[in-house]
Amino acid sequence: MDQNHLISAKGLSRADIEAVLDRAGEVAADPAAAAGRHEGSLLGLLFFEPSTRTKMSFAAAVKRMGGDIVDMGPVDSSSVKKGESLADTVRVVEGYADALVMRHPSEGSARMASEFVDVPLINAGDGAGQHPSQTLLDLYTIRESAGLDDLTIGIMGDLKYGRTVHSLAYALTNFDTRQHFISPESLKLPRNVRYDLHEAGSEVKEHTDLGATLPSLDVLYVTRIQRERFPDESEYRQVAGEYQIDTDTLADASEDLRVMHPLPRVDEIGHGVDETDHARYFQQAHNGVPVRMALLDLMLGGD
Amino acid sequence: MTDNKQLRVSKIESGTVIDHITGGQALNVLAILGIDGTDGEVVSVGMNVPSDRLGRKDVVKVEGRELSQSELDVLSLIAPDATINIIRDYDVVEKHVVHRPDSVTGVLRCPNHNCISTEDEPVGSKFAVTDDGVRCEYCETIIREDLAAHILV
Ligand SMILES: [Zn+2]
Repeated sequence: MDQNHLISAKGLSRADIEAVLDRAGEVAADPAAAAGRHEGSLLGLLFFEPSTRTKMSFAAAVKRMGGDIVDMGPVDSSSVKKGESLADTVRVVEGYADALVMRHPSEGSARMASEFVDVPLINAGDGAGQHPSQTLLDLYTIRESAGLDDLTIGIMGDLKYGRTVHSLAYALTNFDTRQHFISPESLKLPRNVRYDLHEAGSEVKEHTDLGATLPSLDVLYVTRIQRERFPDESEYRQVAGEYQIDTDTLADASEDLRVMHPLPRVDEIGHGVDETDHARYFQQAHNGVPVRMALLDLMLGGD
Repeated sequence: MTDNKQLRVSKIESGTVIDHITGGQALNVLAILGIDGTDGEVVSVGMNVPSDRLGRKDVVKVEGRELSQSELDVLSLIAPDATINIIRDYDVVEKHVVHRPDSVTGVLRCPNHNCISTEDEPVGSKFAVTDDGVRCEYCETIIREDLAAHILV
């Protein structure tokens, strides 16, 4: 892995990805075997932006291996609020922990922070940039349900600001996949992501409508379109409404289609879908713990 | 007219002459080099001078200062045809062309307002130079058009 840090999906080779997913498979099959493997290890949590599940699943992962967390807590009660730079904060906190997990609202924040620390640093989201640990659990979920090669995937929703999308799309270029990107015109993939996909030899197929590609998909990965991306409420409702799916939408889909979502969802996937065999998003969320256990195990120096 | 001609051809005793600058980019060249006249160096600028090769070109002469290749390579981003003459005792002692560097640090400002490099942190901007543009090493934003508009001053 890229200098012991996990900053971007671009730092992950196919071999890196497979090592994490294989380890995650072992952990999921026999969780007891990993208990105590990192007795005494401390994971520093620096969440400059609110997060519930990512933070909880990292905490659960390290505690399940016998380690513990040191948590910066919310930004408004920390020295960050007093104007401390990010570089200073991470330099101080690295002295308290064996590895750091950081989420920050600015793009490039994790890359910069990694220049100031020697302990492994995991980017748990940098603005609209990357979220590579989410990608690993997404890939794990895809692998266990559809396989990662000879895969046709549709990625839909906010592709411009969606960091989970940016990481996933790049990581998938390591595998034999066909990727379709479905979004409103204003929320298409950013130029740098499209550039990287081209450089990686991937054909970028972009659509504003799910209809024509849906029947060919093995996986549909849905992300949320946020209200704040639109100037007014009515435009938001109109556009977002076109990218919501329910059981009627899925009538045209393959029986084996898996629907995924990084959660939390609001109304982009109708609750009726939850009861169908298409729904994989809760399993996907559960996979967060074994995958993050595997990731931490490898980064903290597992054997 | 005579004065103009005089300015254009006047020789400098020692320093650096940057010739064949893309027309209109001379002030951006000075901005990149951090030359604003406050250090007292004598600087002459010719703009939109007729040129066989470029149609119109700019020329910059900086007296008493020999610019290094790495300083000058950054200029390739906005003036790819620039040629450099290092002058000592009125003679050209070295001639250089500019090469695209692999990266540029502290020269351009990232246009992404949400990029960590634009915040109050102890790092400068850092861009990787690609075949047809530059790319922020932090947020990965790509700039292809009008690099001069992103020069940090
Ligand atoms: Zn940037």
